[in-house]
Amino acid sequence: MVKVSTPVRWALRLLAVGYVFFLVAWPVGMLVRRTFEGGLENLTDALTDEDVISALMLTAQVAGIAVLINLVFGLTISILLVRYEFPGKRLLSAMIDVPLSVSPVVVGLALVLVYNGRDGWFGQGLEEGGIQVIFATPGLVLATCFVALPLVIREVVPTLAEIGDEQEQAARSLGANAPQTFWRITLPSIKWALVYGVVLSLARSVGEFGAVKVVSNNVSGKTQTATLMVEEKYQNFAQGSAYAIAFLLVMVCIACLIVVAVLRPKDEN
Amino acid sequence: MSGALSGATIDVGRPAPSEGGRPRRTRRTTPRSTLTPAAGLGLGIAMLWFSLLVLVPLSAIIATAAAGGWQNYLDVLQNPQTWNALKLTVSQSLLVTLINVVMGTVIAWVLVRDRFPGKTILNVIIDIPFALPTVVAGLVLLALYGPNSPIGVHWAYTERAVTLALAFVTLPFVVRTVQPVLEEIDSDVEEAAASLGAGRLTIFRRIILPSLLPAITAGAALSFARAISEYGSLVLLSGNRPNETEVVSVRVLSFIENGSYASAAAVASVMLAVALLVIVLLDIVQRRVSRRG
Repeated sequence: MVKVSTPVRWALRLLAVGYVFFLVAWPVGMLVRRTFEGGLENLTDALTDEDVISALMLTAQVAGIAVLINLVFGLTISILLVRYEFPGKRLLSAMIDVPLSVSPVVVGLALVLVYNGRDGWFGQGLEEGGIQVIFATPGLVLATCFVALPLVIREVVPTLAEIGDEQEQAARSLGANAPQTFWRITLPSIKWALVYGVVLSLARSVGEFGAVKVVSNNVSGKTQTATLMVEEKYQNFAQGSAYAIAFLLVMVCIACLIVVAVLRPKDEN
Repeated sequence: MSGALSGATIDVGRPAPSEGGRPRRTRRTTPRSTLTPAAGLGLGIAMLWFSLLVLVPLSAIIATAAAGGWQNYLDVLQNPQTWNALKLTVSQSLLVTLINVVMGTVIAWVLVRDRFPGKTILNVIIDIPFALPTVVAGLVLLALYGPNSPIGVHWAYTERAVTLALAFVTLPFVVRTVQPVLEEIDSDVEEAAASLGAGRLTIFRRIILPSLLPAITAGAALSFARAISEYGSLVLLSGNRPNETEVVSVRVLSFIENGSYASAAAVASVMLAVALLVIVLLDIVQRRVSRRG
């Protein structure tokens, strides 16, 4: 291994630590400081505000549904991609990654074009059937599903490919049916990859902002999620509440990071 | 935990699993269906959902943009405000990508080759920008670089704010693509070079850098794609001043809010084309790496 001279090593170390400190660590630290500037007041004020509570509840609800849908969809697609051959498989595998590189605002626009009640491709019909998608919870769920779509698949596919299908074949040859094989062989062996994918999707779903902003009309108590409320509070000079809600969101994300950090080594063994 | 939250990074560094891996890497075989009836049903339902959620809405953008014809594109792109937003977005994204190429490689180097107390913390902090909601990222940066800055740096609502926000959200990409590759590099080759009299710089330039290059390219492409489509972190931080700090995403949003879907779709389709270009570029880099590996 090439040895770097001590001054160069120190310079590089200082550069890396300094950059990350000024760009990430200090700003995040400032957020925590600003949140607790007047003691617990900011947090207690925010948590007794009905609008804040309903925004947090809406975020939890939307993120929960989106993660569940992405879990089922992701698991299905992963198994199909790894265990089966079918025409168009390569194309599908490439298309799955598309949502990661589309701007959140463009995601929102795409959904609005199709599902808005006025002139949307499907939206008009749905509206006549009494289902409002855009400016309502279903739209929020769709937007959140879109942006977090590939996360479960990206975690499960490599694991599923690595474990191979010998055990599944053995189970089947011993007379297990498809559901038995799935629940007792496949699922336990990809358990950690799945949990990992779910945690990533959860972090992404809770934090989504741009796509949700386009499909929401930001009505407090109805379609205003926690991230949207952070923006509104800050712009209305209610900075204390903005910092408090942001702090709660940061806590959720840091919890996700910790879960991921704890799970990762287990996963690799 | 490299790549822990790297939702959008690809595993260029890890050796491809012996069999298959990502299906795209498998050799092309004649498309032969091995679907059982149950699996076929599953595929049908999954594809229906995927179409309703992703394919149809994205086609709607293309269709809406195309319905306006070339005139629509010309009108939109000739609008000075849109043009300035495009220019700002592309130039800032390139700048930030350059910063990431240098800083990301340095950080990855320090994480892999250096040893000092607190390194684990540094490794965890790198992932924070991936995990943080984008609007919170903007708020966090405002706390240090905004109007009440404790260090007297007032970058909010200027072009610097755009650089700052983009650098924040794209920080992990190059680090997390370079890090695993650096870990796998065989030190024997470096030692052989050193024993043959190569200096440190020569070893770095001739041996380490070439093997890192695909990973750096992949990381750079990912950060460019992310930077060009960023929205959330800029909303609070940049002030969205027309012609000065307004980026493309903000422009698309204001078109949407004014109800001019055709203009929004035109700009959005340009952004989609860039995203597609990056995906293709990444795929090429990825193939080259896996063929070599």
